[in-house]
Amino acid sequence: MTIEQLIIAILLLPLLGGFINGTLGKKLPKVVVGSIATVAMFAAFALALTVFSQLHEQKIVNLFAILSLEGISLNASLLVDHLSIWMTLIVTGVGSLIHLFSMGYMKHDKGYYKFFTYLNLFIFAMLILVLGSNYFMLFFGWEGVGICSYLLIGFHYSDAEKGLLNGLAARKAFIMNRIGDLGLLIGLFLILQQFGTLEYNQLADMVLLDKVPVSTWMIFGITVCLFIGATGKSAQIPLFTWLPDAMAGPTPVSALIHAATMVTAGIFLVVRSNYLFEMSPGTQDIMLYIGLATSLLAAFMAMRQNDIKKVLAYSTVSQLGLLFVSLGMGAYTAAIFHVTTHAFFKALLFLGSGSVIHALSDEQDIRLMGGLRKKIPVTHITFLIGTLAISGFPLLSGFYSKDEIVVHAFAENKLLYVLLMISIAMTAIYMFRLYFLVFFGAFRGSKEVESHIHEAPANMSLPLVILAILSVFGGILNLPGIWLKSGTHWLSHYLEHGVRGLSNVEAVHTSSGVSLMLMVVAVTMTLVILAVTYILYVRKSGLPKADQDLKGWELWSAKKLYFDEIYNFLFVKPIEWLSVQGHRVIELIVLNGAVTGTAKWIGKSGELVKKWQTGQTASYLLWMVFGIVGLVVYYLIKF
Amino acid sequence: MSLEIIAIILGGLTIGSALLVILSKSPVNSVLFLILTFVMISSNYVLMNAQFLAIVNIIVYAGAIMVLFLFVLMLLNLNKENEPKSSLLMKFAAVLAGGSLLIVFVAALRDSVGGKLVETVQTVSTNDQGMVENLGHLLFTKYVLPFEVSSVLFISAMVGAILLAKREKQIID
Amino acid sequence: MILATIFESGVKIELYLILSTVLFIIGVLGVLLRRNAIILLMCIELMLNAVNLLLVAFSTYFGKADGQLFVFFIMVVAAAEATVGLSILVLIYRNTRSVDVGIFNKLKG
Repeated sequence: MTIEQLIIAILLLPLLGGFINGTLGKKLPKVVVGSIATVAMFAAFALALTVFSQLHEQKIVNLFAILSLEGISLNASLLVDHLSIWMTLIVTGVGSLIHLFSMGYMKHDKGYYKFFTYLNLFIFAMLILVLGSNYFMLFFGWEGVGICSYLLIGFHYSDAEKGLLNGLAARKAFIMNRIGDLGLLIGLFLILQQFGTLEYNQLADMVLLDKVPVSTWMIFGITVCLFIGATGKSAQIPLFTWLPDAMAGPTPVSALIHAATMVTAGIFLVVRSNYLFEMSPGTQDIMLYIGLATSLLAAFMAMRQNDIKKVLAYSTVSQLGLLFVSLGMGAYTAAIFHVTTHAFFKALLFLGSGSVIHALSDEQDIRLMGGLRKKIPVTHITFLIGTLAISGFPLLSGFYSKDEIVVHAFAENKLLYVLLMISIAMTAIYMFRLYFLVFFGAFRGSKEVESHIHEAPANMSLPLVILAILSVFGGILNLPGIWLKSGTHWLSHYLEHGVRGLSNVEAVHTSSGVSLMLMVVAVTMTLVILAVTYILYVRKSGLPKADQDLKGWELWSAKKLYFDEIYNFLFVKPIEWLSVQGHRVIELIVLNGAVTGTAKWIGKSGELVKKWQTGQTASYLLWMVFGIVGLVVYYLIKF
Repeated sequence: MSLEIIAIILGGLTIGSALLVILSKSPVNSVLFLILTFVMISSNYVLMNAQFLAIVNIIVYAGAIMVLFLFVLMLLNLNKENEPKSSLLMKFAAVLAGGSLLIVFVAALRDSVGGKLVETVQTVSTNDQGMVENLGHLLFTKYVLPFEVSSVLFISAMVGAILLAKREKQIID
Repeated sequence: MILATIFESGVKIELYLILSTVLFIIGVLGVLLRRNAIILLMCIELMLNAVNLLLVAFSTYFGKADGQLFVFFIMVVAAAEATVGLSILVLIYRNTRSVDVGIFNKLKG
C-alpha cells in the first residue's frame, strides 16, 4: 500500500474503533470492547512503523477541500514528514500500551465501553493534530483532544462522593485550555492575515526561501499568541493548575493524555513553527523564562505532595517547563528527544502508580503505603526503572535527553544552567522520595487493604515491562557523540533533515571535554541525591509530616504555593459575581421587563381601542357616515 | 306657471314630509308621513313623464310596504310614551354627520356638474320612454335575466320571512 | 302626456340632484337619530327612494328607459328587504319585548 493509503488507514482505525464501541459497545462483552480498541491501536502502530520505514521525503495527502474562497482556502490535508511520523509513532505506540493496560485496570467499571470510545476518539484527534498539513487541522485536533480530555477527566462524574469534584476538574481543564486556545486562534488569524495561508509548507517557503519581510511586532505577536496556546495545552505558568486537578480522572487517562500526548501538543506546535519562532528572539526569551519558572515552581510544589498521582502531575508540569526552556534556546530536536523519552518513563510511572492504586484497592495517599516492593515485584521493578530514568540516572534514556538540554543551556547562559540543574535536582529529590515512601519501609495502611494486595494481571504488567525496556534503552535514539562516533544523534539528524526549518537552526557545538564534564556533574548530583534520600527515607524511616505540622517552605510546597486560591480570588469569584449581577439586572429586569412589558402594553392599548366598539348600531353608522365624508373630501381635494 | 315652480313646490313638500317622518314622536305618525312622502315622489315621477313608475310606486311602496310597516307597528302595540329617545350627544353628532355629508355631496356634485349642464329635463318629449310598452319591451329583451332572477329573490324572501316568524312549538316567554 | 303639452319649459337637472341628495341626507339623519327599529327601516326605504328619484330624473334627461327599469329592480329589492327585516324585528321583539336599537349591544367590546 502506498504511504497515502497507510496514513489514511492510521487515521481511520482509531475512529472506527471509537465508532463501533460507541454505538455497539454497550451490548458487547467487555473483552470484545477492549480488544477492538486495543487492536485498532496496535494495528495503527504497525502501519505507522511501515510508513516510518518507507518514508524518505515528506508527502502530502490531500483529503478534501473545506473552504475555497478568493482570499483563503482551507484544505483537509495531511503532511507526512519525519516529525509527524515520529509523533505518530509515539502516540500510537504508547497509546496502544495504555489501551492494553486499561483493559485490565477498568475491568470493574460500568462505563467500560464509553471509556474506550473516548480513548479512541482522543487518539484520532491527536493524530489529526500531528498529521495535519496546516494550522487548521492542527487546531481541529487541538480542540478535539480538549474535548476528549474533558470527557475523560470527568469520566466518573456520577461517583457518589467525588463525582462533583471530577466534573469540576474536567471543567477547569477545559476552561483553562480554552483560554490558551483563544491565544492560538488569534495567532492563526494573524498568520492568515500576514501570510495569507495556513499551510506549513507554504509558510516555510515564504519565510525561509522567499524571505518575505514581516514586521518584528507582527511576528512577535504571532509567536506570542501561538505560545499562549501552547501554554494552555502544555500547562505552563499561568495556565497550569488544571493538570494536577486533572488527576481526578482514571489513571490510564493521566498516563495517556497528561504525560505522553496531549501535553506535548504545545511542544509540537512550537517545533512545527520553528522558523516563525526563530524570527522572534523576544518570544524565545519569554518561552525560556516561563519554562524555567514553571519548571522550578512545579518541582518545588511536587516536593511535599502526598498523593501519588499529584506528585507525578507536578513532575509532568516541571518536565514540560524544561521542554520549553529547550525550545526557548532553539534546541528543537533535543526537545523532541526529551518528549519521546518523557513519554516512555512518564507513562511508565503513571501506569505503575495505577498498578499500585489497583493493588491497594484504590488508595492514593502515599502516607498509607509502604513496603510494597516485596508484595508487587513487577510493579516495583518497573517503577524503579521509571524513577531512575526521570531522575537522570546514568545510561538510562532520561539521562541522555536531559543532558542534551543541559548542554545547550550551558552553552547559552551559565546562570540558566545552574537554575536548570536545581530543577533537575528537585526532580530527583521528589521522585526518590516518592519511590522510597511507596515501596520501602513498613506498610502504613489498614490491615484490610494489606490483605488484598495483589500483583497486577498480565495485561497490566506487560505494558509496564515494555515501557520499562523503552525507558532503559530509549537513549540510543539520540546518543551524544562521546563514545561512539557513528550512529549518534540519530534522532537529531532524522528530524533536521526531514522537517522544514530545523536545518537552519544553529547547532550547538561543544567540545567533548565540556560535554563530559557536564555529564559527570549531572551523574554525581543524581547519585548524591539518591544516597541522601535513601538515608532520609529508608535508614531513618522518615515519613511525611502530618498536615498540621507543616511549616515554612514545606507548607508552601504542600499548599501548591496557593496558586489555586489566588486564581479563585482574582478570576473565579469576580466572574461569578458578574454573572449573578447579570442575571439579576439584565435577565430579570431588562429582558423580562421588555418582553412582558411589550405584552402588557399591547394589551392595554387593545383595551383602549376596545372602547370604540360600543355595540350600538347608531354609533357604528355614525362612524360610517364620517368615513364616507372623509373619503369624498379626499377625492374632492385630490381631483 | 312654469314647470319649474311646480317642481320646486313639489320638491319642498317632499322635503317637508320627509323631515316630518324623522321628527315626529309617534311611530304611527312617522309611517303616515312616509306615505305622504311617497305620494309626493310619485308626483315628481309624473312630472318627469314616468307615469307607469309613478303608479307602481304608489301601489308597491305606499300600498304594500307601508301597510306592512303599519301592520307590524300595530302588532307590536307601540305608543308614544314607550318611544326610546337618543342621547343629546348622539343627536348632535348625527346632525353634524348629516350636515357635513350634505355639504360634501353638494360640493361634489357642483364640482362635477360645474354649471356646464345646459340641457334641462325635458318634459316636453316626443318620446314615449315612460310608457308601459316601452318599458315592457326593454324589460323583456335587455333585462330579462334580472327580471327572472328577481322572482327567485322574492321566493327566497318569502320563505325566509315565513321561517323566521314562525312560532316555535314550545311555549316561549 | 296631457301635462306635457300644457307646459313648455323644462326643469333644470340640478334641482333633482339637490332634492335627491337632501332626501338621502334626511334618511341618513333618520337612521342616526331614531332608536325605534321600525322607524330605522323606514328611513332606509326613504334613502332608497331618494336614489330612485335621481335615477328617474337622469333617465328622462338622457331619454333612455334603462334608468326607470333599474328603479323597478330597486323596488323589488327594497320590498324583499323590508319583508325579511320586519320578520327579524318581530322575532327580536318576541325575545326581548322591545324594539329599541340601543339595547342590542351584544357586539360590544
